[in-house]
Amino acid sequence: MQITPPHSASPPDSTDAKTVADAMVPHMKILVIEDDLEAAAYMTKAFREAGIVVDHASDGDSGLFMGTENTYDVMVIDRMLPRRDGLSVISELRKRSINTPVLILSALGQVDDRVTGLRAGGDDYLPKPYAFSELLARVEVLGRRKGTPEQDMVYRVGDLELDRLSHEVRRAGKEILLQPREFRLLEYLMKNAGQVVTRTMLLENVWDYHFDPQTNVIDVHVSRLRAKIEKDFDKPLLKTIRGAGYMVKDEG
Amino acid sequence: MLSRTFQRSRLMFRSTAVRLSALYILLFALCAAFLVFYVTAMSERLLAQQTQQAVQEEVTDIQRAYERGGINLLLRIMERRARQPGANLYVIAAPSGEILAGNVASLQPGVLEEEGWTEAPFRYEPFAGTGGPRFHLATANVVKLDNGLRIMIGRDLGDPSRFRGIVRRALMVALAIMGLGALVIWFGIGRNALKRIDRMSAASQKIMAGDLSQRLPVGRSGDEFDRLSDSLNAMLGRIERLNEGLRQVSDNIAHDLKTPLTRLRNKAADALDDDRSEVRRGALEGIIAESDQLIRTFNALLMISRVEAGSIAAEMSGVDLSAISADSAELYEPAAEEAGMTLATEIEPGLIVNGNRELIGQAIFNLLDNAIKYATEADGEPKITVRLARVDGFIRLSICDNGAGIPQKKRKEVVKRFVRLDESRSKPGTGLGLSLVEAVMELHGGALELSATKEDKADAPGLTATMVFPAPKL
Repeated sequence: MQITPPHSASPPDSTDAKTVADAMVPHMKILVIEDDLEAAAYMTKAFREAGIVVDHASDGDSGLFMGTENTYDVMVIDRMLPRRDGLSVISELRKRSINTPVLILSALGQVDDRVTGLRAGGDDYLPKPYAFSELLARVEVLGRRKGTPEQDMVYRVGDLELDRLSHEVRRAGKEILLQPREFRLLEYLMKNAGQVVTRTMLLENVWDYHFDPQTNVIDVHVSRLRAKIEKDFDKPLLKTIRGAGYMVKDEG
Repeated sequence: MLSRTFQRSRLMFRSTAVRLSALYILLFALCAAFLVFYVTAMSERLLAQQTQQAVQEEVTDIQRAYERGGINLLLRIMERRARQPGANLYVIAAPSGEILAGNVASLQPGVLEEEGWTEAPFRYEPFAGTGGPRFHLATANVVKLDNGLRIMIGRDLGDPSRFRGIVRRALMVALAIMGLGALVIWFGIGRNALKRIDRMSAASQKIMAGDLSQRLPVGRSGDEFDRLSDSLNAMLGRIERLNEGLRQVSDNIAHDLKTPLTRLRNKAADALDDDRSEVRRGALEGIIAESDQLIRTFNALLMISRVEAGSIAAEMSGVDLSAISADSAELYEPAAEEAGMTLATEIEPGLIVNGNRELIGQAIFNLLDNAIKYATEADGEPKITVRLARVDGFIRLSICDNGAGIPQKKRKEVVKRFVRLDESRSKPGTGLGLSLVEAVMELHGGALELSATKEDKADAPGLTATMVFPAPKL
């Protein structure tokens, strides 16, 4: 078992990570259960650079112990672990009424294993190999989840307003007409306002397909949406985070 | 020499044909023995019955003669009958058992004691001069007269060993015939089969040694052996093709991954050489992009082989293909417009197939990606059409473009892994898109068809890629 010392965030050098870190909830604390020590070291370092406190366990048993003893905002669990496999850790945690959001990492393929992973009680699933920006974005969204009440009927970012009930979108009181899919796209972006949302997350949550879009199809949808909500307005709200994805944020 | 003979005979007994022949001989012998004993027993009984009947008649005659003419007539009749050749046995004995008259020299003691039929065959001694062994077997009927004399009339059963001899000879002949038959069977059938099996194992050994082009010998008779060879040959053919495919794929992988890896290496070397942080940053970003592309290629490869092996325990369910088609068209419409194309749909509503939504979705996305990539080469107005219809028991989902298309003779080729028409590889892509579509279609019991959108337009016939699904039974 390897427990990494608590939060020692130093301002990261990478601008990508910096942009992401700016959007961070301060002091999010996560548990990483991963037996590949090299991958774990890379992950731990990168998470810390993004301002996240990381604990690390290198096998299923110690992971379960730490997950039970401490409180975390998110757990990142590798599916194949020594001593106790990842899915069993998750179901054991759920049995003990620990409902911390869990992201499953897996070297197994996407189509079938994703389903079994989510059935076991996972909240999100990321196949290896993955880009760290993707992992970070997903962990942030999971960690923020409890902060954004699902029952909010109106999402607001700056002067942009989205009414989930009437399906109306206004900016500075002026109505913006959106296609149904554009509405769902904006709804998802605004639900996770202030957080990076990757293309894969958009394809998953807006179109319900779970794979890596290899072309620019998503980008074109986003730029169309952006044109609609930013045309005639000075302040940009929908930003492109280079190498990661998109973020809706009011810079204030 | 001796040990070689021994080895050969051991080898022979290991062969199925010899073992079967031996088993047959044993079973036949048992059956034959049973038959012989049964038949002899039955004929013995019949013979005994006939003898008894004949003797019984004589006893009745003689008793009647005695009643009519007394002892004198009796003696005369018996004397006459005893003298006839091959006659029965006739004895008149005193109450003490002393033989008074007849054609028997001596009897097994005690035969005359009991009246009626003797219980078992007894031994007697005929008068000398008849030849053969001294004692014979006989069966007889003894009658006591009112004056105390005993009359015995019986029949000779012959030499006791004679009958057994006949049985034994019959058995020997039968066994000899069967042994000969078994030998013939073994030579005719067994040895033949044995040799054919040997030829088959010789061929198999060569195949195992690595020569996959070898085939098992097939005769002309079309019997079980030929059918077996035929199916084994078909199996070998499939293995050879798979093997060939595998070799080609690994060659392609090696070739196609070497290029990006080399680029990756060169970029890293450049970054190392240049001290300017801007340049270094650019190079590193390029390296990441290059690595991402490699990872994508690997993921696609893994995905294809998992789909092909059927090891994706893909959850199949009723999937609304009409909805997926419409969704996909909607997803790609802005990208198509961006590329200066129009994307039209002709989608028949409510078409359901049994399948996996994710895999079908990914296959359609791949085809749409291709269409957007290659329709741009078309002259005139680039156009993509997504068409879904039920045709003759199949559900056909076509992605049509009016681009340069794929020449007829290359259509089979492009489905293979890493095969790209664009030799210069100037367009981005892994060369795996169509391979995945084909693998997905095979998993769904369907097929991927490639054809020209407009055959008559020679310069830009366009490509129509059709995913053909078997329509679910209603």
